[in-house]
Amino acid sequence: MNARSLFIPVTLFLVIAFLIGPFLIIVAASFSAGETLAFPPQGFSLRWIAKVFTVESFQASFAMSLFLAIGGTAAALVLGIPASYALSRYKLPGAEIVRTVVSAPIIVPGIIVGLALLRYIVVPFQVGITLALFVAHTALVLPYAVRVVSASLDNLRSDIEEAAVLLGSSRLGAFFRVVMPNIRGGIMSAFILGFVTSFNQVPVSLFLSGPGVRTLPVDMIAYMEIVFDPSVAALSSLLAFLSIGIVFAAERFLGFSRYV
Amino acid sequence: MSDASYLSLEKLTLAYGDTVAVADLDLDIRKGELIALLGPSGCGKTTTMRAIAGLLPVKSGQVRLDGADMTRVPANKRAVGLVFQSYALFPHLSVYENVAFGLKLKGMRGAELDTKVQAGLKSVGLSSFANRKPAELSGGQQQRVALARSMVMEPKVLLLDEPLSNLDARLRLEMRTELQRVQKETGVTMIFVTHDQAEALALADRIVVMKGGAIEQIGTPEDIYNRPVSSFVADFVGFENIFPLEGGKLRTSGGLIELSGEAPSAAGLAWRPRMVTLGTGPFRGTVRGTSFAGDSREYLLDTSLGAIKAEVEAALPAHALGADLLFDLPAGKAALLSKFS
Ligand SMILES: Nc1ncnc2c1ncn2[C@@H]1O[C@H](COP(=O)(O)OP(=O)(O)OP(=O)(O)O)[C@@H](O)[C@H]1O
Ligand SMILES: [Mg+2]
Repeated sequence: MNARSLFIPVTLFLVIAFLIGPFLIIVAASFSAGETLAFPPQGFSLRWIAKVFTVESFQASFAMSLFLAIGGTAAALVLGIPASYALSRYKLPGAEIVRTVVSAPIIVPGIIVGLALLRYIVVPFQVGITLALFVAHTALVLPYAVRVVSASLDNLRSDIEEAAVLLGSSRLGAFFRVVMPNIRGGIMSAFILGFVTSFNQVPVSLFLSGPGVRTLPVDMIAYMEIVFDPSVAALSSLLAFLSIGIVFAAERFLGFSRYV
Repeated sequence: MSDASYLSLEKLTLAYGDTVAVADLDLDIRKGELIALLGPSGCGKTTTMRAIAGLLPVKSGQVRLDGADMTRVPANKRAVGLVFQSYALFPHLSVYENVAFGLKLKGMRGAELDTKVQAGLKSVGLSSFANRKPAELSGGQQQRVALARSMVMEPKVLLLDEPLSNLDARLRLEMRTELQRVQKETGVTMIFVTHDQAEALALADRIVVMKGGAIEQIGTPEDIYNRPVSSFVADFVGFENIFPLEGGKLRTSGGLIELSGEAPSAAGLAWRPRMVTLGTGPFRGTVRGTSFAGDSREYLLDTSLGAIKAEVEAALPAHALGADLLFDLPAGKAALLSKFS
């Protein structure tokens, strides 16, 4: 073998190593028997995995993250599905502007979104922390919801709605009877993508979290500042496997990658 | 309502924004008639159909159906069926559910629903496909599902927008007879759009030829085929020699020439290639092209009138390229055009 034929396999190996390496290190560290987060792990034990379930603040922040991910994504879909429908079916004036505004949270760095929300909405209007987090997560997920739902709407011919109307359905009825069932896969995909995005979101939540109300990632950072044991690694591993499981299931049952 | 105007369009004007697509259209259709809308791309056929169905708001004028003004009646209350060129079947529903869709919305359930749907499927020969999804059907089968789905609703008018254009030649002929059969059996008033003059001639009771958002001619297939009123219609139905008249004479590069026979009063005259007589006559031309078509032979002549296409029996002796021929355009055979454009 000459140098040229080695180039591709070596590059491939390096790319995979950089992507998967840190993850493997974290997983290995979670099974450590030692007292501190370290690699290589010292011995093997399940004690840190077990400990994750006993830390009370993790339970509260996990519940909060779950609430934000499910609630925020659901709210984003409730707003995003009609918006996508209007954008794809009607030639609205300013449709491009709407598209841009809706996708702004993807482009603008999270730190700026978080700071802006805090400085100009939360503080002046005395908005509660939970509500502020909910609104922020909805806004963050909205661009993904609109993108994914729009993609599946664009694949659906609009004449089936007219056909439904001519068979006696109202416009709204046609939307629920023939549009929604045909974009179900897209909606499920948007939900999963939104859920994962919201669940893993750090910068915005960091700004908006307050006393006693935190999302799980923010709580993990706070925990690590005080206690440097492997339970954070254990929690990370658990979350990673959960995400992988969800995405695999989604691909298996919905053909997830068609929409993203 | 007189019998002659079951469906009538009165001074119908349709527009997309400020662009007028159809202007001042008048059309009366009898109950049970099969009408073909014929015309070049962009002449407003689909636009007119959508307005009849209620999918496109009317800018001015009226749509009347069965004695009632439909102009402001929403599409889902008109009892007008439309078969889309793309079929527009519901992809998530089975063939059976597609056909049952409208009946269920009417509140039909149980045995009554099942009987109707089965009858609809049977009438288009798809009983054994009831459980398939549209994606598992051929184009022709999808077409028939779309037809059954509209027909079970017993619409007052059934509109078909280029129903046969997505099918291959053989299937097209099959579906053509199928359409005619369904129409005769049910007596439904039907309007179908086509680009294909042969299809229109074969199927329709009357043909409506459209041009640029207006009706150019309405008539029976015989009228349209033999007596086109304008150079546009003549061209559309295969008159290939079309000339303007000036005071009853034809203009040539050598001045005006009288025609043999009585001088007609018309804006123009048109002859099919078959109507041109070769060998005698007041005109002279040079053979520029010839082609053999089995029973007949076609000649392209260079003449002082311009290019002339003539068709004669293949059994007659052939003329060589470059040969000079006398020919005649008999006024008695020509179609008299009242409009020349
Ligand atoms: N949605 C639309 N917006 C703006 N103009 C349109 C729209 N649909 C059609 N038109 C215009 O209206 C005119 C008539 O179009 P229409 O679709 O009725 O033609 P058609 O006779 O059905 O043609 P074809 O045989 O190609 O289907 C055309 O000039 C077309 O450009
Ligand atoms: Mg059309």
